Amino acid sequence: MTQTHDKTVESRPTVSLDMRRMILTNGVPILFLVLSITMALVAGLNITFLLNEVVTRLGRNSLLVLSLLIPVTAGMGLNFSIVIGAMAGQAAAIAVTYWRITGVQGFLLACLLSTPIAAIAGWLAGNVLNRAKGREMITSMILGFFANGIYQLIFLFLVGPIIPLKDPAMLLPQGIGVRNTVDLINISQALDKIWRPVIGGVRIPVVTLLVSAGMCVLIGFLLKTKIGQNLRAVGQDMHIAEVMGIKVDKTRIIAMILSTVIAGWGQLIFLQNIGTLNTYNSHEQVGMFSIAALLVGGASTRRATIWHAIAGVILFHTLFVVSPLAGQRLFGVPQIGEYFRVFVAYGIIAVALALHAWQGRQVRRQEIKEAMLTE
Amino acid sequence: MERAQQVLEMKGITKQYFGNTVLNDVSIDLYPGEIHALVGENGAGKSTLMNILFGMPVIHSTGGFSGEILIDGKKVELLSPAEAMQMGIGMVHQEFMLLPGFTITENIKLNRETTRKNALSRLFKSEFLDYLDTPAMRKDARHALDRLDMSIDEWLPVAGLPVGYMQFVEIAREIDKKEVKILVFDEPTAVLTETEADRLLGSLRRLAADGISILFITHRLDEVMAVADRITVLRDGEAVARLNKDEAVVERIAELMVGRRIEKVDLPPRDKEPGDEDLAFTIDNLMVDMPGEMVRGLSLSVRRGEILGIGGLAGHGKLGIANGIMGLYPASGRVSKNGDLIPLNSPEQVLLEGLAFVSEDRRGVGLLLDEPIERNIGVTAMQVQHKFLRPWPRFLSGLRLEDRKELRAYSEEMIRKLDIRCLGPTQPVRSLSGGNQQKVCVAKALALDPEILFVSEPTRGIDVGAKRLVLDLLVRLNREHNVTILMTSSELGELRKICDRVAIVYRGRLAGILPPDASDAEFGLMMAGRVRKEAI
Repeated sequence: MTQTHDKTVESRPTVSLDMRRMILTNGVPILFLVLSITMALVAGLNITFLLNEVVTRLGRNSLLVLSLLIPVTAGMGLNFSIVIGAMAGQAAAIAVTYWRITGVQGFLLACLLSTPIAAIAGWLAGNVLNRAKGREMITSMILGFFANGIYQLIFLFLVGPIIPLKDPAMLLPQGIGVRNTVDLINISQALDKIWRPVIGGVRIPVVTLLVSAGMCVLIGFLLKTKIGQNLRAVGQDMHIAEVMGIKVDKTRIIAMILSTVIAGWGQLIFLQNIGTLNTYNSHEQVGMFSIAALLVGGASTRRATIWHAIAGVILFHTLFVVSPLAGQRLFGVPQIGEYFRVFVAYGIIAVALALHAWQGRQVRRQEIKEAMLTE
Repeated sequence: MERAQQVLEMKGITKQYFGNTVLNDVSIDLYPGEIHALVGENGAGKSTLMNILFGMPVIHSTGGFSGEILIDGKKVELLSPAEAMQMGIGMVHQEFMLLPGFTITENIKLNRETTRKNALSRLFKSEFLDYLDTPAMRKDARHALDRLDMSIDEWLPVAGLPVGYMQFVEIAREIDKKEVKILVFDEPTAVLTETEADRLLGSLRRLAADGISILFITHRLDEVMAVADRITVLRDGEAVARLNKDEAVVERIAELMVGRRIEKVDLPPRDKEPGDEDLAFTIDNLMVDMPGEMVRGLSLSVRRGEILGIGGLAGHGKLGIANGIMGLYPASGRVSKNGDLIPLNSPEQVLLEGLAFVSEDRRGVGLLLDEPIERNIGVTAMQVQHKFLRPWPRFLSGLRLEDRKELRAYSEEMIRKLDIRCLGPTQPVRSLSGGNQQKVCVAKALALDPEILFVSEPTRGIDVGAKRLVLDLLVRLNREHNVTILMTSSELGELRKICDRVAIVYRGRLAGILPPDASDAEFGLMMAGRVRKEAI
């Protein structure tokens, strides 16, 4: 009898603690959920329209966001250099457009083509990040900017005189450099339109979603293998992993290669959905927006799961769709909503990083308290 | 006694770091199922010896060592930890090599995971893609924990486990290695409570009975007496004694550990010797969170005008005391000067109260290396006491500029008084020798006109001649300027040379205070936590 009594007394605070902890740890997604719902109500959106948009964007963006998971697991933080993978994907897309290889074959060839480019870029990036341990995120961001320079050099100046691409429809008028916009007519919607049933007014790109789901399964599988265990060990403490005989640098390079390759495929999925390539802009926001989406989903720089990625894509893009419309409805100016969503994208990264640092300090403080108490 | 072939022999090991001999012709051996204790003070060379045995990269990147290592009578070259592990040497590290986010099982099996083939791993012929066989791993982990008599669940995450359990997980990992026959324990009980330590000693005996040979490094002499079959005492890089269990007495070991010739110098007398009736400074229940030098509730009274030494082994918190009081690391407790409480965690307030600090981290905290001597001397006084500053323009009292003339005059006086060997007050301190840099640090503290001076490791990293000068300087300051000095040092010899009393810190608390002429054994025992004596 005393036992049951004890139990009730004990369990009550734990329940409320659990609730508080759940809200604390999932504060960011909950905030965004509330924000999305409020804005959707304000904008007075048609639910079918919203669902259509979100499902399309889920297919379009999830692979890019998923590509961030492995470096986080390996303790390298948010990999801003996935833009390099995106560039590899775009290079491949330009190539298959030039060769006029159409449909799914064109898309698959582009994937195949982007893989070695992305792998080499990832290997290079991994080597650089191994020399910048502890500062991976800022380094990867700058790497992305640097790679953008090389990308522009290649596609603005080398295509034409050195790289034989002789399609006037794709080149700038003077015959040097790729046009600002390339119509990806060959691979446009290649994956989406294989099977696109309409259910309850919502058009579902089944194959694209299946590819994303397949990637989730693959990443899940990878993390349950030996290499996954190594990645997690390195992510927790490089020094201990090294002492235990895990090749830390190699593991981190593998993480970067995988991330960059997946990002390359992700960008191809993104492009086939959009149908046109902004040669010099499409890749630029990829890193920032994918990272913002992942963080909105509740991930941190040290912990990110597949569910964070999926929830993040849904929430972030819902907000993306509804905020300009809400701005239009409320103020008569869509720019305010537009402003808000850009503000949100950068703001959430800043908040998430600051929160992460703050939580780290709290944990440390707790440890000190415990260490003092044990004595 | 009839004995089998030794499992391990290390013969004539000599190791130098940058011309400093840290190990000199040390030999040690180990029989199957034996517990061999290795005792010694900090810097006696224990860790270096174990690093050599474990093939640590730090040994080979600093020029290797001379001497030979034999395992089962065969000469071996141990060039990396991996090779040492292959030869059956396991190491239970002093700091835990455990990943907090992993379960106990995952930690025990870290990088030795049991795996299963699957379609993908066969396709790519890569072991990296093999599945982890969690049930098999758990079974092994359970078995290893059972051998240690640990009932804890093997699927629990390590984060949140009591420290004592972590130590056992670490040991379980070593004994889970099938090939392990030599286990090195590097101060395994340093972080354990009494009961946990007892359990650990029990497991040591059990493992030894299973035939595993154990090298046991520790400071705690009662533990040595409890489990060791043989004892080797290291001091200053030399094996000064090897004792069998039956001939060992705690007092004897303590004496061997500390024993050092102490040059007796006659310190100049004072008009009035400091006494307990006139206290300059009291510390009550001080806690400092300085990583690796945690202070856990230390209380101490300092007499006006004395030089109080603070000694103790590394990691027991002696360095944390000054750093905590000066506000460099988070601290709590009551610290008062002349009966008035001093606010903690604010370096500026503490300096204003007339306390000054010569840090053990001379190049990091103590000096602005690329700035000239004079600015180094003046910077703290300028910042805290607005010395060496003149208002400019005159009608704006808030704006002040450096008063070059005054600073120059003061620096020149200091250079003369402290005998700082330099080209002049404008020489950058980076180009000074260690001893002269230390004098600049002292001059900087003196510019504050402190009532109480904290000096940490004043002779670390400076040559012998300079050491004497620095110690003489401290004595002079004390006698001529009546500055109360708290000197923290790892070198017991120098504490005993110039201090009026020596306080020994053990596990973050005061173990006791000894007169400088107390016997080696008394110091040794107190540093090893054997006795607890209140102030003399």
